[in-house]
Amino acid sequence: MCFFGDGANNEGAFHESLNMAAIWKLPVVFVCENNGYGMSTSAARSTAVPDIATRAAAYAMPGVVVNGNDFSAVAEASTIAVERARNGEGPTLIENKTYRHRGHSKSDRNRYRTKEEIDEWKSLRDPIALFEAELRQFGIMDEAAIKDVVAAVEAEIAAGIAFAKDSPAPGTGEVLNYVYTESQ
Amino acid sequence: MDGAVRELSYSQAIQEAMAIALENDPRVFVMGEDVGVYGGAFQVTGDLVERFGADRVIDMPISELGGAGVAVGAAVTGMRPIFEFQFSDFATLAMEQIVNQAAKMRFMLGGEVSVPVVMRFPAGSGTGAAAQHSQSLEAWLAHVPGLKVIQPATPYDAKGMLLAALEDPDPVMIFEHKLLYKMKGEVPAGHYTVEIGKAEVRKTGTDATIVATSIMVHKALDAAAALMEEGINVEVIDLRTIRPIDRETVINSVKKTSRLLCVYEAVKTLGIGAEISAMIAESDAFGYLDAPIMRLGGAESPIPYNPDLEKSAVPQVPDIIAGIRFLMQGKR
Repeated sequence: MCFFGDGANNEGAFHESLNMAAIWKLPVVFVCENNGYGMSTSAARSTAVPDIATRAAAYAMPGVVVNGNDFSAVAEASTIAVERARNGEGPTLIENKTYRHRGHSKSDRNRYRTKEEIDEWKSLRDPIALFEAELRQFGIMDEAAIKDVVAAVEAEIAAGIAFAKDSPAPGTGEVLNYVYTESQ
Repeated sequence: MDGAVRELSYSQAIQEAMAIALENDPRVFVMGEDVGVYGGAFQVTGDLVERFGADRVIDMPISELGGAGVAVGAAVTGMRPIFEFQFSDFATLAMEQIVNQAAKMRFMLGGEVSVPVVMRFPAGSGTGAAAQHSQSLEAWLAHVPGLKVIQPATPYDAKGMLLAALEDPDPVMIFEHKLLYKMKGEVPAGHYTVEIGKAEVRKTGTDATIVATSIMVHKALDAAAALMEEGINVEVIDLRTIRPIDRETVINSVKKTSRLLCVYEAVKTLGIGAEISAMIAESDAFGYLDAPIMRLGGAESPIPYNPDLEKSAVPQVPDIIAGIRFLMQGKR
């Protein structure tokens, strides 16, 4: 499984890699997480095709457009692509259409998109909210069980942050560690 | 070593090293442009594809960046790839994989992985291949911590250092001067290694030290022979590895001779000669110097196509002789 974003799909390495995977029929699933923006530049402004998945045609492999905020749709497309790879039928390009709720980095002032656009994705298409609704709809988990999972994940993240904060900072003498194998 | 010493060319020695590695280690494979039935642009891979099959001697598309990525990824996941660039100039197309990935992956993952990739770069001028196929870019890569960069100058070292590179857990970049490919020398059969990071004193001397790389080692030895005729006894060091540099051998030699000339084919400024000069200036050998340090390197121009201009753009034997005579002036 090889993950990248809509920004990377215009890199030469993307095209070279898809071509090599196709000529050698490699068991690779290329997964593009298209969140609409490469830093500030929208996919519409940077990419000649509306669907990145259509670029798969140039490398004679299946290209699949998926609602990337729909857990079941992502799982289904991934399963099919992995099966194909396992059967020796070669690579697949999956494009999961999604959205970047927050800025690219701390310096991002979101001047390239509207607040309405961000709010619309957050309130109506949040993948976690959609997945929770699906779990309830099919009776897989009830409200209490979902709350337990949310609490457990939040605790895990809090523990990770605490671990990082409580761990000693590296000594400056360690700067050469891991530059070469024998330097430890 | 398990075999008799034969005369082999530099390219035959490299091919023999690759064959031994392919024979002994199932993790080894060779990858590059036209390395299969064509035998490589400089016939270094030769008939390896017939002997080891197309799964282990792999022709790749003209995709240096993607191909280098395949090699780096294969190395991280347990293989021992030998990646051949058709010309070292095309390293420019693959710098992301070499500089940002291969050199840094171990560091950024806190030692969780190693990147035992070997990359071979046919380099240098003298073949009439013009500016985009004749460069010496080894100092570019030697500027990157995480890489090792070597320049074998003899068939013996070409084989032994390639086999050493394949046993090295870190990425090793091998710059092979194209004019050396046909040079013959004594090469033992079978497996042996030549340590990376160790320079070799090719000729001992007392009056001046020449630190040379790659093909310049041979030009320096020719110059040293001529200078011997006029009573100047030059020590010639074949640096062999430019990252990491063998400081001890160079510093000790300069302490002994008190004069230093650096000779390399790459563009003179900001190159290996600057590094060696600064290393001496910063060391206790500085106090031993009886003359300024001198560098002879490539012209501040792209390598020209015209044969006379091409020759003039890189140091030649008379330039080295003149350089040493200049350094010796004070002594006469």
